Amino acid sequence: MNLTSEPPTLDPALAQDSVSFTVLTGLYEGLTRKDADGKVIPGMAESWDVSDDMKTYTFHLRKDAKWSNGDPVTAHDFEYAWKRVLDPDMNPASPYAYQLYYIKNAQNYNIKQDNPNHISDPNQVGVKATDDDTLVVNLENPTPYFLSVTSFWTLFPVHQSAKSNSAWAAEANTIVSNGPFKITTWKHGNEIDLVPNENYYAKDEVKLQKVHFVMVKNSATELKMYQTGQLNYSGFPTGEIPIEQIAKLQQTNKDELRIKPIASTYYYNFNTTKEPFDNANIRKAFALAVDRQQLVDKVTKGGQEPALGAVPPSIMGEKQSFREEYPDTDLFKPDVAEAKQLLAQGLKEKGWTQLPPVTLTINEGTGHKQIAEALADMWRKNLGVDVKIETQEWKVFLKNRQSLNYQIARSGWSADYNDPMTFIDMFTSTSGNNDIGFKNAQYDELVKKALASGDQHERMQLLSQAENILIKDNMAILPLYYYTGVHMVNKNLQNIVMDYQGMVDYTRSYVK
Amino acid sequence: MVRYWGGKLGSVLLSLFLLATATFFLMKAIPGDPFTAEKAVPPEIKAKLMSFYGLDKPVWEQYLIYLKKLVHLDLGMSMKSQYRTVSSIISDSFGFSFRLGIFAIVVSVIVGVGLGIVSAMHHRKLIDGTAMVLAVLGVSVPNFVLASLLQYVFGEELNWFNVAGLNGPLDYVLPVIALSSLPIAYIARLTRSTMLEVLTAEYIKTAKAKGLPNRVIILKHALRNAVLPVLTYLGPMTANIVTGSVIVEEIFGIPGLGQYFVDSVSNRDYTLIMGITLFYAVILMVARLLTDIAYGFVDPRIGFRSRKEVSR
Repeated sequence: MNLTSEPPTLDPALAQDSVSFTVLTGLYEGLTRKDADGKVIPGMAESWDVSDDMKTYTFHLRKDAKWSNGDPVTAHDFEYAWKRVLDPDMNPASPYAYQLYYIKNAQNYNIKQDNPNHISDPNQVGVKATDDDTLVVNLENPTPYFLSVTSFWTLFPVHQSAKSNSAWAAEANTIVSNGPFKITTWKHGNEIDLVPNENYYAKDEVKLQKVHFVMVKNSATELKMYQTGQLNYSGFPTGEIPIEQIAKLQQTNKDELRIKPIASTYYYNFNTTKEPFDNANIRKAFALAVDRQQLVDKVTKGGQEPALGAVPPSIMGEKQSFREEYPDTDLFKPDVAEAKQLLAQGLKEKGWTQLPPVTLTINEGTGHKQIAEALADMWRKNLGVDVKIETQEWKVFLKNRQSLNYQIARSGWSADYNDPMTFIDMFTSTSGNNDIGFKNAQYDELVKKALASGDQHERMQLLSQAENILIKDNMAILPLYYYTGVHMVNKNLQNIVMDYQGMVDYTRSYVK
Repeated sequence: MVRYWGGKLGSVLLSLFLLATATFFLMKAIPGDPFTAEKAVPPEIKAKLMSFYGLDKPVWEQYLIYLKKLVHLDLGMSMKSQYRTVSSIISDSFGFSFRLGIFAIVVSVIVGVGLGIVSAMHHRKLIDGTAMVLAVLGVSVPNFVLASLLQYVFGEELNWFNVAGLNGPLDYVLPVIALSSLPIAYIARLTRSTMLEVLTAEYIKTAKAKGLPNRVIILKHALRNAVLPVLTYLGPMTANIVTGSVIVEEIFGIPGLGQYFVDSVSNRDYTLIMGITLFYAVILMVARLLTDIAYGFVDPRIGFRSRKEVSR
């Protein structure tokens, strides 16, 4: 498999990118795992009890779980690992520590600076190993998706030998892991090898003799390596298949090319604090004037699905996909005539005869420019407005977007967990990821209610109402399409699973 | 002699200091920081990270701290690759660029000088024409085009070589060809033209008149003079090739230094940017120094004297 670049770390507490996560998937295992259908199944915990208020989880660890060095995996290892992530004095700090904020007092323990409610006693954090096999977790709120959170990388256990060697996760020979594989080689910037962990409790299920990762940046080279057999897996999530090759590969490698919808949305941000997009009707006009089907067929060409909402179809709702329960076609319908009318109305409200100059800001990277040009073309044809496109280097772009220094800006968001909340809570007025200047008291209230509720039916209704406010009423963002994970798998390689998020699980794969 | 080396060393240190200063402040002027990401890290966690890496201090203070460490030859820790020192990243990746570069230089010099001599000796004959057409091609075809072409023909279609990676001796073949095509062409043309000049010189005629065999004339007398411009060119070229060709490395998936340099800037991995920049500068200066020394060997008239002494 190609990782494209060096994983910044193999410490579960510090990892925050798909490259590190992909390697960690083989090396570690959390309390729970997910099967091929995304269902939560037992991992290090063989069973668990949930209290009636859904705020206390008691995990019973399997007794045959062992680390790659033969030590038993105990509940204490989990307590240690989670408190390590939350340790306010951990250096460097864990960037994904907030994945554990579901746990009681976790946030107030983790954050010391400028926090009057800081808790300095780690024993008050809601995670406790009552004996070697039992881990009791107390949560802040009933969190129906908590069992999916426990399979997340940041919550993987860490061997306690990390205490004495802070640089343990930088080299292969000091990494002790508890998952299906262990690491044997890590040539920095070049390759990583994993081989089966003979101490793993389900070692019979692990069939691959070796997992070999390379780090090749060029996507054309990656494809050539796949076609000459140097790689058995190519493309998403850690590699890339060149867009211009997809159509050809659909003919030549029909059995191997896979296009899988993933839980990410591609959209444009409107800066709702700056003219002209402080006007809802002008925002709506721009959103309604876009032909999304044409965009995915002619420009992105990766089998993407046109998006009218923020929450992608692979996110679960109450019983089935959230999008099936609350279709995004209820949010709005693209319509050029109506778009023109909305634009005229918006201009009237503003007292303008014509639109001020509009600049669309995008970042460098494959495809963004083509998409921007296609949209500018549609706006010119359908609304008669000229939109200038400005490309910026990635971090310059992010800085400008975060400080609301733009009019329209490209954006993309991927799920952290399988629940619509991960796409909704980012637009509350206090969220650090709200890059659109959107402030709506009713929206904040709905999110707060949904966070406190343990009733899935009620939660989904609240989240759907929030999405309605965001898009149907305000069109604060301009949804374009739901991402797909385009990848190729050698036809002899079976049971490589891409999950709802687009992350790949190769641990139970085998060669036919 | 001492004065000469003292002066050299002084100017090297001064250049390094100026370069470090300029790079440091330019780098800090770019918007963004190592922790800017699509998913914003909560401000409190980001503050902790910034203070861990000393990025919360005023820029001039960061600069002084950096200089102080630099004097002790401490390049610091990478801000992107956790718990890896900048010097270990440089030494790991430079190994690949260096080995590849040395092969490319050896091949360039041998083939280039060889072609040049053969052309000069067969001046205006078919063999000369062919060699010079090849040389023009070598200069004008960009190495990324050649690299992709080689990869496609010999890697993908004929399957003689791996398309990427640098793990066995055979893996060196294609990237070395791609890297050395331009220097070969350049060196061949240089050698040919100076050779033609030298061959008409009086001392060559004398040697011929003495009845020395052609081989001796060429290798012992003519080549020695003809190779001087090649040496001049070789200095900067060596530095250039050894520090890694970003594009060729990218195409052949070689984990060399060039790739890290580009990535370090887009990651805002400040310590790594500084480390690689300074390392490049040192390599360049060492290469120039070596060129000076080589001059001395080839042409004893060029000695280790400072300019001042010459003017006296």
